[in-house]
Amino acid sequence: MPDFDAIVVGAGPAGSSAALVLARAGRKVCLVERGPFPGSKNMYGGVVYGRILDTLVPKWWEEAPIQRWVTRRATMIMTDTQALTIDYRTDAWAMPPHNGATAYRPDFDSWLADKAVAAGATLVCDTVAKGLLREGDRPDGAIVGVRTDRPDGDLTAPLVIACDGVNSFLAKEAGLYGAVDPANYTVGVKETLALPREVIEQRFNVRDRDGVDYEILGCTQGVPGGGFLYTNLDTVAVGVVLKVPALAKQSLRPEEIIARLKAHSAIAPLVEGGEVKEYSAHLIPEAGYDMIPELAADGMLVAGDAAALCLAAGIWLEGVNFAIGSGIAAGEAAAEALDRGDVSAAGLAGYRARLEGNFVMQDHKKLRQAAHVIMGERNQLHYPRIACNIAEGMFQVENPQPKPGLRRIVQREVRRSGLRIRDLARDARDAVRSFG
Amino acid sequence: MSERRGGTGMLRRLREKRAAAASSLPPTAHRAPRPAAPTEYPELSFEDRMATVDFRVAPDAHIVVDGDACNGCTTRECVVACPANLFVPVADGGILFNYEQCFECGTCYLACNTAGAISWSYPEGGHGVVFRRS
Repeated sequence: MPDFDAIVVGAGPAGSSAALVLARAGRKVCLVERGPFPGSKNMYGGVVYGRILDTLVPKWWEEAPIQRWVTRRATMIMTDTQALTIDYRTDAWAMPPHNGATAYRPDFDSWLADKAVAAGATLVCDTVAKGLLREGDRPDGAIVGVRTDRPDGDLTAPLVIACDGVNSFLAKEAGLYGAVDPANYTVGVKETLALPREVIEQRFNVRDRDGVDYEILGCTQGVPGGGFLYTNLDTVAVGVVLKVPALAKQSLRPEEIIARLKAHSAIAPLVEGGEVKEYSAHLIPEAGYDMIPELAADGMLVAGDAAALCLAAGIWLEGVNFAIGSGIAAGEAAAEALDRGDVSAAGLAGYRARLEGNFVMQDHKKLRQAAHVIMGERNQLHYPRIACNIAEGMFQVENPQPKPGLRRIVQREVRRSGLRIRDLARDARDAVRSFG
Repeated sequence: MSERRGGTGMLRRLREKRAAAASSLPPTAHRAPRPAAPTEYPELSFEDRMATVDFRVAPDAHIVVDGDACNGCTTRECVVACPANLFVPVADGGILFNYEQCFECGTCYLACNTAGAISWSYPEGGHGVVFRRS
């Protein structure tokens, strides 16, 4: 007799969503978390998009431990001495049902895990799932549980849902991943800076619970990646996301790259005087659709970052919602498979079908090229400079000379960049195809 | 493929023309001066930076580094990439590392180009990094 109907490994947003759905379906589910509490191992670049929670936790915005509602969403393109910002503000996002929110992951993930516990899931913290149990101990046997680092720590169930994060040793052990390519990963590094609430509100031009999220291109000292800056209630978070192999090949350390971003004239006045409350880092599965592993094995599903379902598509940077979306789908498909008594990979095919039927796989498919486009050398190094120079050309008054006109400014900057028209045309085409 | 990089005939001439035009542009204020690279970051020592993080250190190391593999390594990807700066080159050519202040991100084993040099798993349950609640 197995201990549980299902074991969910990892009490992040994917795991807690899967456990919540299974518990509500009347299933006996164990949620295993290696940290002392859910979210204790988790950090991110700042924003939770909660729409996917609407059916799971109606009126979640009245109770979720969020910091601020994002009402200003800005994209900043910078060089060492210039910055061009598209800054969108709407009052609508300050009101229910809201759009994005900033939150501390230990707060948010604990809250969501509590929902699963309230629905009847058994949460076991301080416990690492060290490996998979196979039927009859055969290497090709169906997965029937996990080995943990507790004494007598085997946990058995006909179904394991691996939500064990970006490094997912369980998905790798199950053979769901091919060879791991370091180029598919970025590392996110962040400083959380303490500032008085009223100072944050003055500097960022917001009130009440309204907040700001900046995504930044051109701030990573030549290492492909990007930056971010967002507001919590009484802290701001600033950080960078860096492509792992490229970071390793140059000489600036991650915290030095953050220091240079903080020293930029467009950023320094916003973060000045903020005392580092916490420094943190986490790996990101950056390559999207092209790195998504097999999603099911006999007796196992994989969801969230463990399935590389984080969306890093330049202007859209989302992960928690994709984790929740895939966790819900995994929970539903698991409940269905358990009802039918078929938890083979084929019996679990409803999982992929669900993902393909909603935003999780459709967005990944649609934006398949986006991460590669954004990480390309021209997008990282040349286009921020061209864009900033064009803006400068437009707004700089060169009297007594007459205004050159936009077309001439663009022509001049393209020429100055030394880029080939052919490459520009190709990039424009790729951008339209990737984001269109 | 050589066509794409080197180019011939018309394309090459076009490129040469463009390069010549670019180099003859007068220097203007548009060419942004590069700021002097900051040579130090007085805001926070690395030790103080890491002291902001809550680490519940496990009795056993969850990272194992194969000293022999590291001795022959000249590229040292782990040294610059690890956000916690856990890998420090030493005079005899080896790598000194500690596991206590590890974010458990996985960057080191991904960045490392020497097969088997870094063995990495999660620290014992309940131990390791604990990020802060608000």
